[in-house]
Amino acid sequence: MSVPDSAKPPPATNRAGRALPMPEWERVPWWIIILILAGIWAVMIIFTSADYTSIITLLSSGIYLTLYVTFFAYALALVVGLLAGLMRVSRNPVLNTLGTLYVEVIRGIPLLVQILYFFYVIAPALADRTPEPFDQLFRSEVNMGIIALAIGYGAYLAETYRAGIEAIPRGQMEAARSLGMSYVQAMRYVILPQAIRIILPPLGNDFVAMLKDSALLSAISVKELTLWTRQRSANTFRPLEHWTIAAFLYLTMTIGLSLFVRYIERKFAIPK
Amino acid sequence: MSHAHSIIQIENIHKRFGKVHALRGISTTVQRGQVLVLIGPSGSGKSTLLRCINGLERPDTGRVVVDGIPLDDSSDHINAVRAEVGIVFQQFNLFPHLTVLQNITLAQQIIRQRTPDESKKIARELLAKVGIPEKADAYPAQLSGGQQQRVAIARALAMNPKIMLFDEPTSALDPEMIQEVLETMMLLAKEGMTMVVVSHEMGFARAAANRIVFMDGGAIVEDTSPEQLFTNPREERTKQFLSKILN
Ligand SMILES: Nc1ncnc2c1ncn2[C@@H]1O[C@H](COP(=O)(O)OP(=O)(O)OP(=O)(O)O)[C@@H](O)[C@H]1O
Ligand SMILES: [Mg+2]
Repeated sequence: MSVPDSAKPPPATNRAGRALPMPEWERVPWWIIILILAGIWAVMIIFTSADYTSIITLLSSGIYLTLYVTFFAYALALVVGLLAGLMRVSRNPVLNTLGTLYVEVIRGIPLLVQILYFFYVIAPALADRTPEPFDQLFRSEVNMGIIALAIGYGAYLAETYRAGIEAIPRGQMEAARSLGMSYVQAMRYVILPQAIRIILPPLGNDFVAMLKDSALLSAISVKELTLWTRQRSANTFRPLEHWTIAAFLYLTMTIGLSLFVRYIERKFAIPK
Repeated sequence: MSHAHSIIQIENIHKRFGKVHALRGISTTVQRGQVLVLIGPSGSGKSTLLRCINGLERPDTGRVVVDGIPLDDSSDHINAVRAEVGIVFQQFNLFPHLTVLQNITLAQQIIRQRTPDESKKIARELLAKVGIPEKADAYPAQLSGGQQQRVAIARALAMNPKIMLFDEPTSALDPEMIQEVLETMMLLAKEGMTMVVVSHEMGFARAAANRIVFMDGGAIVEDTSPEQLFTNPREERTKQFLSKILN
């Protein structure tokens, strides 16, 4: 699982510590240009070749499931992460310990192992204790895959929320409490709205990272894009076409998502 | 000073931060309508004392009673006191994600349960009073320091406090903006607001204060009238400190 890479390398500086001006040609985002050209080329091949067109059509239900699990798992992870993050900044020793335990345990186990453990150990145990027909809820790969991803990512998001909350100057909480707000009101109306704006970039990174990690759900037979591709390419003995298209589709989705995240960031920026 | 009229009662409070003994047995009372200016060297405990009056700090021992309500373990008491006491900080502490108007209406709506219309009307009146009615829709980052501090004062006043606390309200300001904030405070003092002001602006103290308290080392060294303090301070330490800040 990719760790949120909020720590960007510092810009090049001279001795006085000022950013050096970049030469004009270095500022051109060459990678985007190359990517766009490659994309145009790929789209042309895909839509002029009957083979590729049929592959894309066949894989489209995999795309749908990939997007479906990613959106729901991410929404759930945002909630789980917020609750765990609030526990981490809480001064209540019980809440704080529970939050820390969750974060440290989850972050120490590979996401794939978490998914397998959840699906093969925890979900069956829950299903056995649940009366029919509700036990089917715990036997669905898709549902359990969504929950496993959300629990796994929740731990990382919790740390992101915590960092955001801790970045807000102490005076904000003091000003809110001095106006008579309770701790919860101050969090809700003053601290979190600011913290979330700060952490939008890492939150967005995690959204994109989760889309990629949803491929791990193929290990518990969720027929998302990766599993579809694997089965199709095995059945047809044409790995090159299938995996190329799968990679192309992932790239299209992640870039689209990144652009969407950047748009959201700009939309919610505080006017200066 | 009769007890019956004192709106703030402080009885022998001590406060330690680890090894630092920040307040060493402070006792005093403040009367309704009094304007008390608190002076003293850095680290003498002025902010800590001020913050004990609205429960931002809890003294280790001793008692603080505000308008008859003791600041104790009860969060109802603490919230009741905070509703009566406004505070203005050195760093303004406006909410940067909200407009000026929203800064002033937020607590009115969620604490005082005022309607949006009602709270906006009050906010606009207060903005007019502090002299920046045209800034209602600006964000804090778009204002000068002096304007931000005046918004902070308006935000506190919107809760109809009986007491206003100021912790070095002008020391983060550029010199040309100090006066506009002091004038706003002067206006409040004239209206009879009970005020406790940590500030080394002696012009303000002379013009508005009816009492000056000099603190050093976590204790009150001298508690007197401005005239007395400027013409004839009793303690040697007070004299030394005054000669420092007046030059
Ligand atoms: N939260 C805290 N944690 C640890 N020590 C603190 C804390 N708050 C205050 N102190 C210490 O308590 C003492 C009194 O601090 P206080 O802020 O009340 O002084 P002050 O008179 O307001 O000083 P200044 O003029 O610098 O604002 C200082 O030694 C300070 O370092
Ligand atoms: Mg101070």
